Amino acid sequence: MNAPLIGNYPDATGHFGPYGGRYVGETLIAALTDLEAAWREAQDDPGFMSEFRAMLKHYAARPTPLDFAARLSDHIGGARIYLKREDCAHTGAHKINNVVGQGLLARRMGKRNVIAETGAGQHGVATATIAARLGMSCKVFMGAEDVRRQAPNVLRMRLLGAEVVPVTSGTSTLKDAMNEALRYWVAEVEHTFYIIGTVSGPHPYPAMVRDLQRVIGDEARRQMLEQVGRLPDLLVACVGGGSNAMGLFYPFLDDPCAMLGAEAAGEGLDTPHHAASISGGSPGALHGAMTYLLQNDEGQIHEAWSISAGLDYPGVGPEHALLHDLGRVQYQGVTDREAVEAFQLLCRFEGIIPALESSHALAAAIREAGKRPKTDAILVCLSGRGDKDLEHITAYMKANP
Amino acid sequence: MNRIDLTFTKLAAANRKALVAYLTAGDPDFDTSLAILRTACASGVDVVELGVPFSDPTCDGPVIQAASERALRAGMSLSRSLRLAAALRETVETPIVLFSYYNPLFKYGLARIAEEAASAGVDGMLVVDLPPEEAGPLADALAGRSIHLIRLAAPTTRPDRIRMLADGAGGFLYLISRTGVTGTGGLDYDEVARHAALVKSLCPHPVCIGFGISHGNDAHALAPLADGIIVGSALVRLIAEAPAGADLPGLVAAKIRELRDGMDASCVS
Repeated sequence: MNAPLIGNYPDATGHFGPYGGRYVGETLIAALTDLEAAWREAQDDPGFMSEFRAMLKHYAARPTPLDFAARLSDHIGGARIYLKREDCAHTGAHKINNVVGQGLLARRMGKRNVIAETGAGQHGVATATIAARLGMSCKVFMGAEDVRRQAPNVLRMRLLGAEVVPVTSGTSTLKDAMNEALRYWVAEVEHTFYIIGTVSGPHPYPAMVRDLQRVIGDEARRQMLEQVGRLPDLLVACVGGGSNAMGLFYPFLDDPCAMLGAEAAGEGLDTPHHAASISGGSPGALHGAMTYLLQNDEGQIHEAWSISAGLDYPGVGPEHALLHDLGRVQYQGVTDREAVEAFQLLCRFEGIIPALESSHALAAAIREAGKRPKTDAILVCLSGRGDKDLEHITAYMKANP
Repeated sequence: MNRIDLTFTKLAAANRKALVAYLTAGDPDFDTSLAILRTACASGVDVVELGVPFSDPTCDGPVIQAASERALRAGMSLSRSLRLAAALRETVETPIVLFSYYNPLFKYGLARIAEEAASAGVDGMLVVDLPPEEAGPLADALAGRSIHLIRLAAPTTRPDRIRMLADGAGGFLYLISRTGVTGTGGLDYDEVARHAALVKSLCPHPVCIGFGISHGNDAHALAPLADGIIVGSALVRLIAEAPAGADLPGLVAAKIRELRDGMDASCVS
């Protein structure tokens, strides 16, 4: 834990220790090396970075607040809980940070067509949003099952001018949407920019998305020092692919702060119905990266399961795999039931309706707060708002009173 | 001598081109798959690519995706694919290339797969999502065994990289004819010809062209451009579309003869 983690990963070949890399067909290699070079140049271009920051401020409504959850903390009776309010960002989730950056990069590279995969629809909506803003055509691949589960977001994407492509192969969920986006990209690679929504995929995506999302942690670190006068003792974020967690954690990696990633334990880690790739999976290569996967003994990928469509993915970003192996971040499962309880608590005690994804982080934070003294501070990434989940959660509460 | 090398040496001496046939292992089931493979080898196939079914075949189009799903539903796996290869090896000397995504091999264990593939009589491995930069561990596991790691080149691959790919290639170089996944779209023969000429000029090994070759006339047009052609979805589609009770080995054999005739008609010495 003494060697600095910030700035050390990935290495020059895109690896986070044994994870990450570029496990793709040869046809995509040229596009990925071009993207890597374009991203490096853009990061070094003050004009590009200032446009990115200006767009985050004026369009995405950043910085998002750091909000002390006083009543919730009192109710738990332990550590103080602070919320990084990504639900206040434009489109209602942290996903906008990444798409603003990749959208500007696509424009800089002269690509007029963007594609994206989406599970809950948050990344699809964010991509459709930036495509409208920058005048690009947009196709969003979405599992047919998720199209059904997340109808309001499908409507949003269509209103924003995007084409939503329902994917019926495999299990008709997020992993299949990503399969199909990769297949489309390999065919149209010359004119198309693939906006991956999380810290996953082949190099340079995991590092690029992390660097675009680190604004969450950079802001929160500054806000903690300004508003609370110190760093938090513990950081908590939900982990599906893990982009909000990487964004929050990254600027704190070399600080003396504990970190906890909440994975979706679905009906329980002892059942086949979960999406906890680190807590319940093993290393393997999928969607371009070596990482932890839900899979059987012969390397076939399992269907993930979670009440939250945004966490319903059988893999995880490769940097999380490394942080797990290094012991820098603890990863714990949070069940559907625990997430729903946390969802209700935040509604009642703070007047905030959180996304089901973020409710997993809240549940883990509440669990930890109860074990810690009132002098401790826990910083939770409230990665998105829950309007999209109302129908789903109402049905769950009715079925599981 | 490795059977792949032996085959290409013999074909070159006879001024003939290689017909490489991809079939998904265990499609539609183990026994039928074995019968199809045996018949294919007896009907003019020079190299067999045995596809290990995978749950998430991102480089494949709908035809091979569906074949993977059929095979997985019938209980196919990497270990059973190896058993199928071994059963095929009992009766034929045709080179067998194990065609896979990386994850099943990695999860199985690279040393274990190298050993078991060798004893099953496998002559090459082609891992579609494993570029040379990531292939070190598998190459190490295969070192000292008579199994070539087959590399791929794409239409998007630039000359300096084609040289790098060709330098470390074993067996033959798989030249992808066009962007996209397997089994879809038509081919622009002129464009394939241009790229194939470039790749041939940079590669000291045999070059075989695959993706989108479905008919005798494709085979006729493309065979002269390289050392062989690779056909996959066109064969797999026959299995998918055949009515119940159809003679699947016979249907596949007829397609192979059509392709063979197309190739031979344009490549007579």
